[in-house]
Amino acid sequence: MALVDLRHVRFRYAGSDSYALNDVSLSAERGEFILLVGPSGCGKSTLLRVLNGLVPHFYEGEFEGEAKVAGLDVRSTPTHVLARHVGMVFQDPENQLFLSSVEREIAFGLENLGLPRSEVRRRVREVLKEFNLESIKEKAPYELSGGQQQKVAIASVMALEPEILALDEPTANLDPLSALEVLTLVNRLVKEKSVLAFVVEHRLEIALRFATRMIVMLDGRVAADGGPREVLLKAGKVVGYPPVTLAHVLLKRKGLVGDGVPLTCEELAEEVIAKWAMRYS
Amino acid sequence: MGDAILVEDVHFSYEGVPALRGVSLTIRTGEVLAIMGENGAGKTTLVKHFIGLLKPERGRVLVFGTDTRDASVAQLARRVGLVFQNPDHQLFAESVEGEVLFTLKNMGYPPDKARAICDSILKLFELDRYKDRSPYSLSIGERKRLAIAAVVSYNPDILVLDEPTAGQDFFNKSKISKLIFKLRMQGKGVVIVTHDVEFAAQVADRVVLMAEGRVIREGGAKDVLTDAEALRRARLMLPQIPATAAILEAEGVSLPSKPLLPGTLYLELLELLDHRWSERE
Repeated sequence: MALVDLRHVRFRYAGSDSYALNDVSLSAERGEFILLVGPSGCGKSTLLRVLNGLVPHFYEGEFEGEAKVAGLDVRSTPTHVLARHVGMVFQDPENQLFLSSVEREIAFGLENLGLPRSEVRRRVREVLKEFNLESIKEKAPYELSGGQQQKVAIASVMALEPEILALDEPTANLDPLSALEVLTLVNRLVKEKSVLAFVVEHRLEIALRFATRMIVMLDGRVAADGGPREVLLKAGKVVGYPPVTLAHVLLKRKGLVGDGVPLTCEELAEEVIAKWAMRYS
Repeated sequence: MGDAILVEDVHFSYEGVPALRGVSLTIRTGEVLAIMGENGAGKTTLVKHFIGLLKPERGRVLVFGTDTRDASVAQLARRVGLVFQNPDHQLFAESVEGEVLFTLKNMGYPPDKARAICDSILKLFELDRYKDRSPYSLSIGERKRLAIAAVVSYNPDILVLDEPTAGQDFFNKSKISKLIFKLRMQGKGVVIVTHDVEFAAQVADRVVLMAEGRVIREGGAKDVLTDAEALRRARLMLPQIPATAAILEAEGVSLPSKPLLPGTLYLELLELLDHRWSERE
């Protein structure tokens, strides 16, 4: 069975008259970097909350369909068990980081699992090293920049060694270079540890380069799901085209580029140069 | 275009830690100015000086000729509308229309006039269907739009938007850029504080780059946002189109001038192509 397997999931928050998720079916495997996009209120955050059981255990409402994560039925599995499989990171790391030092922050989740002290210490050391946080381990989270805070938030959930990372607009408050660093870190976890990452992100010009798959949601439904190039062509009017893709559309009309769909500056430049070389060689 | 706000050699520090180290710039009506730089560069500290929320320790700020030291925040806010990055810092009424009505009452509008303005502004911002709902029941994007609507309602000459696109989806971003163009058409001045280089490329006429409390580069958007070196010093990235042009240049396809937007890249490539063809003939 797939690592994440949702079948005909519908969910309506208590007190709301419309469905936040309306017949959502999808499955996902390790090693995927899934970019989850769509207008505010389309159900992206609700979808992430299903993965770690916040929906329906914490947010009450009417839940239909089947949701399995790491083989566990989300509806009958307590959230603390799901938390070992799904690490959640939110837009505002201040909501997530609350201890006096980076080191304590990373130890907290491990202590909560009831691991022996020596094991906690060993894992904290490993994580600090792996995420390159050793130099700031004594610092309080509020002393760090937004980008560093997000890295600490990711490190502290990765300490629990989940197979799935769910990030809800992790870079919304970051400047572009810090945003790129955070997503590069997520991409490394996908590539090196075969983590399955769900990333909600509006800034396609920064995130698209990493995506192996893109899911567009609209009004609680999956409107498009597939490779990022194909989905972008299909749903660009809803999620916006990055400038390079827009330039490509214009150039293609005059036959100045090939048929590929560039997601980065390098790819667009390559398309232009390839045609150029053909014409003038 | 007229000079609206003059910032002259302004210094400011928080408990001895310098945040602004001698900033000078001019804000004009009929123009969109983007103030850019990484988090902590001093952008928000600077705009707080525009309505006297902060007063300079050295230097001075003149708002339509009045030194901000000689006027109250309320007086200055009539001419300069400031929308904070986090809408929750300025929304407090019990309903969406209450928010706008309260602002108008505060600015001395009689009730019947306020009512008429409120109805039209909520329609303009596509918030009329929520008019009786609590602002807190809206999505973050909608709350941001409401915060902007409340400030636009009383018709200030200069509108200052702090990070208008942070966490905003494509629809909201397009709405905000349309609004900015509209205000400029009406002869207003618009200041956006942002690190979203793609958004600045779309809407700004002029760009000021800040780093460590200083202005490090100022000029037309087309010059500043294609200046890789200056952007790097401000810890910002080149927008996608100038970045693509830089790669093309390195590969020997050198464009007549530096494009900032997809449309210009397209036109420049077309021109280059025509030129090459005529050379052949």
